Amino acid sequence: MKVLTDNLSTYWHGFLGTLELTVISGVLALLLGVLMAGFRVSPVRPLRAFGTGWVTVLRNTPLTLLFFVVVLGLPRFEIVLPFFTFAVLALGCYTSAFVCEALRSGINTVPAGQGEAARSLGMSFGQTLGVVVMPQAYRSVVAPIGSVMIALAKNSAIAGSFSVTELLGTYRTLNELGYSIIWTFVWIAVGYLVITLAISALFNLLERRVAASR
Amino acid sequence: MTIGSALYDVPGPRALARHRLYGGVALLLIAALIGWVVYKLFHTHQFTYRKWMPFEYRGVQDLLLRGLGNTLTAFAWTVVFALPFGALFAAGRLSDHRVVRWFATLVVEFFRAMPLLVMIFFIFVAMKVQPLWALVAGLTLYNGSVLAEVFRAGVLAVPTGQREAAFALGMRKTQVMTFVLVPQANRAMLPTIISQLVVALKDTSLGFLITFEEFLHAGKLIATNLDYDLPFIPVVMVIVPVYIGMCLLLSWLARWVEKRSRRSPKARGGAPIAEAGVVMGLPPEAQQ
Repeated sequence: MKVLTDNLSTYWHGFLGTLELTVISGVLALLLGVLMAGFRVSPVRPLRAFGTGWVTVLRNTPLTLLFFVVVLGLPRFEIVLPFFTFAVLALGCYTSAFVCEALRSGINTVPAGQGEAARSLGMSFGQTLGVVVMPQAYRSVVAPIGSVMIALAKNSAIAGSFSVTELLGTYRTLNELGYSIIWTFVWIAVGYLVITLAISALFNLLERRVAASR
Repeated sequence: MTIGSALYDVPGPRALARHRLYGGVALLLIAALIGWVVYKLFHTHQFTYRKWMPFEYRGVQDLLLRGLGNTLTAFAWTVVFALPFGALFAAGRLSDHRVVRWFATLVVEFFRAMPLLVMIFFIFVAMKVQPLWALVAGLTLYNGSVLAEVFRAGVLAVPTGQREAAFALGMRKTQVMTFVLVPQANRAMLPTIISQLVVALKDTSLGFLITFEEFLHAGKLIATNLDYDLPFIPVVMVIVPVYIGMCLLLSWLARWVEKRSRRSPKARGGAPIAEAGVVMGLPPEAQQ
């Protein structure tokens, strides 16, 4: 307990860092994921190929390698941004591939008749997807997206090793100050549990909302 | 919904022209992006002989190969430990004894909820374990727990008639499990199991963060060497294709197994074959 009360501000900063990283990368991942899912089901072949390539490459890239390339590689191209922005880019792009796949399998659960009916009403591809299919896919997609977001929060721990202030990184400071290493980690674990349980509760709530609206 | 066919009509001449226009614009943008990257590569002198020279050295080649070997060693140990771990705890979660079930559930849920990197750091820093074994232990606990959920979902997905029929033949519960349920669950879940191994292979790169001398670590050593003119981009161009290639091969194996199992007459009437695909978190088949 003393470890926590003595270093509340260190923990708090780390906690906020992880939270910020998770929320901002999460939003980026959702936006990119929706865009890529749209690409992957579109009638335009180059877009489809680009979406497929994006997903295939990112799903088979280790996140540490992506961090390594983005954080240490982009500066060689004379792109110099704060470490936090680099971390958001790496996490957001990586996660967007998984969001895209979750959305795509959600689109698959919508009966084909829905899309056909929309088309027979004269709707365009954008309308069919955006007004008819996506809102229905949304229902079956909430739970998988929730589990992707929880995984994102856990993956954000990698950013700590690339000079971003976040929860896991606080162990270094506390270790140097000579606090009990076991308790340091216990409180770090509690911090992560708070975030992941909050995300899980949020998505459970969303799921219930969506289910009720049927 | 079969994607593509249901979302848009077969394009007529005008739609086709429009799609070609969009496609052309998209191609131009992609080409511009690639062109910009290539321009930057030349502009920042990434193809000079001095930056690529280190790869001709025997020592550098050995360093990279040793790194790759260490990555594969960590992966192999993870597979060796995680599969039995998963099987054991799946059996625990399906046990008839409440205490065993609770204990297994607690273990599996806990290790799934913890960030993998926190566990690896804990084992490495607090328990002062060698980097290789800290990495393998962390990977085993996490991937083993996910595999336990996959195995359990596989057993539960076998139609109940199979179990009832086996009991009706007079088999004991262990026999029902080992001779009837597990073989069918295995066949159904094999694509997901292999996909989870891709996740384990990817996560071996976390060893880089605890100074385990794996592939990425070897790359970093070369990339930060002043004598070689800091060849960061050349190193990236060497290690990225190798990493992605290894993961892709394993992913394709999972896909191939999935397709083959779907065609197999043995799968008919049994548990539905799971879909291959690398996921973040729990595979969709195991979410219940």
